[in-house]
Amino acid sequence: MTTATDTAAASAKTPEETAAPDPARLRRRRRLAQWGFVAPAVVFMLLFFGYPLVRNVVMSFQHYTPKTFFTGEAPFNGTDNWSAVLQDALFGKALWHTLVFTAGSLLGQFCIGLALAVFFSRRFPLNGVLRSLILLPWLVPMVVSGIVWRRILDQDTGVLNTFLGALGLSGDTPWLTSPDMALLSVILVNIWIGIPFNMVILYGGLQEIPGELYEAASLDGASAWRAFRSVTLPMLKPVITVVLVLGFMSTVKILDLILALTDGGPADATQTLGTLTYQNSFVQLDFGAGAVVGNVLILISAAFAVFYLRANRTDGK
Amino acid sequence: MAAHTPAPAAPRARGRRLGSTVAGLLVLGVMLFPLYWMLNTALQPEAGLLQVGPVPTGLDLSGFSKALADQGGNLLTSLVVSLGAVAVCLAVSAPAAYGLARFGLRGTRAIVFGTLITQMVPGIVIANALYTSYVDLGLVNSHFGLMLADASLGIPFSIVLMRAFMVSIPGEVVEAAQIDGAGPVRTFVRVVLPMSRNALITSGLFAFLFSWSDFMFALTLNTTDDVKPITLGIYQYIGAHVGDWGAVMAASVLSAVPAAILLVLAQKYIAAGITGGSVK
Repeated sequence: MTTATDTAAASAKTPEETAAPDPARLRRRRRLAQWGFVAPAVVFMLLFFGYPLVRNVVMSFQHYTPKTFFTGEAPFNGTDNWSAVLQDALFGKALWHTLVFTAGSLLGQFCIGLALAVFFSRRFPLNGVLRSLILLPWLVPMVVSGIVWRRILDQDTGVLNTFLGALGLSGDTPWLTSPDMALLSVILVNIWIGIPFNMVILYGGLQEIPGELYEAASLDGASAWRAFRSVTLPMLKPVITVVLVLGFMSTVKILDLILALTDGGPADATQTLGTLTYQNSFVQLDFGAGAVVGNVLILISAAFAVFYLRANRTDGK
Repeated sequence: MAAHTPAPAAPRARGRRLGSTVAGLLVLGVMLFPLYWMLNTALQPEAGLLQVGPVPTGLDLSGFSKALADQGGNLLTSLVVSLGAVAVCLAVSAPAAYGLARFGLRGTRAIVFGTLITQMVPGIVIANALYTSYVDLGLVNSHFGLMLADASLGIPFSIVLMRAFMVSIPGEVVEAAQIDGAGPVRTFVRVVLPMSRNALITSGLFAFLFSWSDFMFALTLNTTDDVKPITLGIYQYIGAHVGDWGAVMAASVLSAVPAAILLVLAQKYIAAGITGGSVK
């Protein structure tokens, strides 16, 4: 890394030596200097993304105990971690919760985000200001949002139940304390967090659609709904794919929000693959088991990435 | 823009526009309500575990002074770590973005592809492996270790964003600098970086926000109280101070201040970053 940068500095003189006799050597030196620009980032990403991927696979075949970090010993134990994790009923639960959480969050974020994007495509006073202020929930640290919502959803003193009670609805809903409600509540909070992101990107996509298409549609007597279905949705398809894929990637691995809202409880009702990885590794200190769950998480993301690349290719990009 | 809205046909159209503004305000009100409630609760620290009134009755700042006393150091830690992460992130990704945009090196496509793919690696998986290495390297419970981990949150994003911008810098500008005798490093520092100012600012802002919001690395790479960013501080706060929601919410408000300031001061960069980083 350092040597490459040094060469870069040295070759800053090359243009003065244009008379140098050996163009092949010069070209090689220039190439080296150019690699000096790119190499630090490549090394960094290999260390912080590539290496953890490989290391997790290895760790999933190792036996980690709390003592490991004193003795440095984590003997290989074949597929013990895998069979232990996969046979644990909690893994199946966490997998199911992850899928429900991801599907529910994406559906809510996307539909509301798209509706708002269409709404903000109208021209009206204060449009720009409102559109940018709506980003705030997305910019606040996710743990902090989780903690604020934990207060709002409190069964006895939270403002949501107070409000519902004042309307004559059931004012003592156990949003986060009942195993039947908790997952739904966590999904609702995550929809709130994701709406701004979906809205901004979809809004950008809507602005790219040429207005003449809508004029043509209205000349043909198409209703607003028809125009939306036959013009907006097909034209927006590449942007929709991007939004959904990025949403999937960031939702499937969720950790912060659930820890802040429920810590995976009550009775593991909101345990997901992300929180289970965390629990196994950093609470039980069984890093082998954590690595197994983490690998499953990666496999799911990778499957989706392949799907995404396929979709991109068929769009002819 | 929005060419499908018919030309303003007089008072009726104006009424409809104002109606839209009202609807937009309502939407904003619903979306921002939780944040209002955070501020409202923070200003009523005496309410404790009781119900909180819809508007603060007076200006009671005791929740804030308690939060500052308990969490002020953590805010500072967040600031130091985040600024460090921004520096590392930009120093690593700006040259790389230029190299990947301009030099046509063999493997450019693979590197760009790899950069995009990193966004799908779950953070907790990284933390899992990183923790064991950090233990070996003595980087657990260190500002520097957390700084590096947080920088990794912004690097792929910054490379993608700045590269997209640098590709569009006209080749003649760069060549003119080279004819004047500037080597690649000088061309980059004197010509490319100043021209890429907006992309640099956007990348830096997002690297800061990513790092400031980071909870997972803070939680997993620290086992003692030595290095505790505000996100981790607040998380542990609710465990210890569950009766004192006023102080917890005041700390939450303080942690949201950078996002709010950046949104007001650097609005156009934020909007550019969200679209530029995702729809390359």
